[in-house]
Amino acid sequence: MYNLIGAGLIVIGGGIGLGQIGGKAMEGIARQPEATSKIQTAMIIIAALLEGLAFGALILGKG
Amino acid sequence: MMIAKKPISFVVVLILAVFSNFSYIENEKDNEEIQGNPINTQEEIDAYIQHHLQDAHDFVLFTNGNTGHHIGFPLPIIIWDEGIHFFSSSKFHYGEEVAESKGKYYVLHHEKIYRTDATGTLALDDHHHPTNVRPLDFSITKSVVGILLTGILMILGFGSLARGYKKGPIPTGFSRVLEPLVLYVRDEIARPNIGEKKYRKYMGFLLTVFFFIWCLNLLGLMPFGFNVTGNIAVTVCLAMFTFFIVQFSGNKEYWKHIFWMPGVPVPMKILLMPIEVLGMLTKPFSLLIRLFANITAGHVVVMSLIALMITLKAAFGPVVSTGMSLFLAFFISIIEVLIAFLQAFIFTMLSSLFIGMAVAEHDHH
Repeated sequence: MYNLIGAGLIVIGGGIGLGQIGGKAMEGIARQPEATSKIQTAMIIIAALLEGLAFGALILGKG
Repeated sequence: MMIAKKPISFVVVLILAVFSNFSYIENEKDNEEIQGNPINTQEEIDAYIQHHLQDAHDFVLFTNGNTGHHIGFPLPIIIWDEGIHFFSSSKFHYGEEVAESKGKYYVLHHEKIYRTDATGTLALDDHHHPTNVRPLDFSITKSVVGILLTGILMILGFGSLARGYKKGPIPTGFSRVLEPLVLYVRDEIARPNIGEKKYRKYMGFLLTVFFFIWCLNLLGLMPFGFNVTGNIAVTVCLAMFTFFIVQFSGNKEYWKHIFWMPGVPVPMKILLMPIEVLGMLTKPFSLLIRLFANITAGHVVVMSLIALMITLKAAFGPVVSTGMSLFLAFFISIIEVLIAFLQAFIFTMLSSLFIGMAVAEHDHH
């Protein structure tokens, strides 16, 4: 039961983080379309780091 | 004509058709014999997903829920137990029987091999783990088959690409698909992160790890249920390669930044030292957790959506629930194809980023 609540909290946190990253990246691309590839690469790296954190928490919660 | 031009896909379709007929006949026969309950409980679905995520000593293509009858094919078992034992996993009958080899008896319990007696008794402790002796298991399991298959495919594909350059600068056939991917890894991943001067030395590792992870991720989406990159032992090994390459290619500046951070007061240097050492270890740890968790989560989601057709059957009827789960599983599978590429890309990207940090020249201060 508690680990399910924890999983929900992790997903909320991860969702907020991913939303921030994605939204800001979109904004950046809209402002400077010529920098799209650089922004995308940086976005994917940050998203991956965040995802690693969230998944780590999920696995720790499960085990 | 189209089929004749593509012999491999034709063979695959033929095999699938034969197997599906086979299972159909098998089901028909069993339905006449027993009118039992098909799998419908949550525990059984959970057990099925758990079993899929585990490595296995045999391939199970179909299981008849009524009779518990499996259809699949065995794999070789190689164990070291005071001498080498080599036999086919068909002796275990999908974990249901005791296998005998050179006077010793073995039993399969949750895909682990235990030594036992002729009746197959297992002494369980308080946590339901067997206390029997476990021999050293070097078996060709499902994951090992997946790794070997990927290795052979990569040697064939990239071998032909490399040989093609001896004949001329323009590759032909399948190599035309591989060349842009190799160039992509070089120009988009290695060059910007490691630097123009030093990237060449690490191209071998980065290309290997990129295509290895990508192929295995895609293999995991195909039938037969390989789950190699969702196996933590595999990702630990891949991350350890990155770790050791980073440590051995680290220059003076890299070690200085870890043990004696320049530009900060002495008490701060001492405080930063354990944090930096920890950071050295957490980088490969996050690499291995990310790959493992992403692929495992992807497999669980696909399997759960397929299982929806059983859980929602009572509420919506068989046709609607099957349609729903088919649509959702199809949709998620397409996303999984993207994730398969993305995870290979991120693993390679972060590896090259870490290598780039280790070899960077700090001439600005």
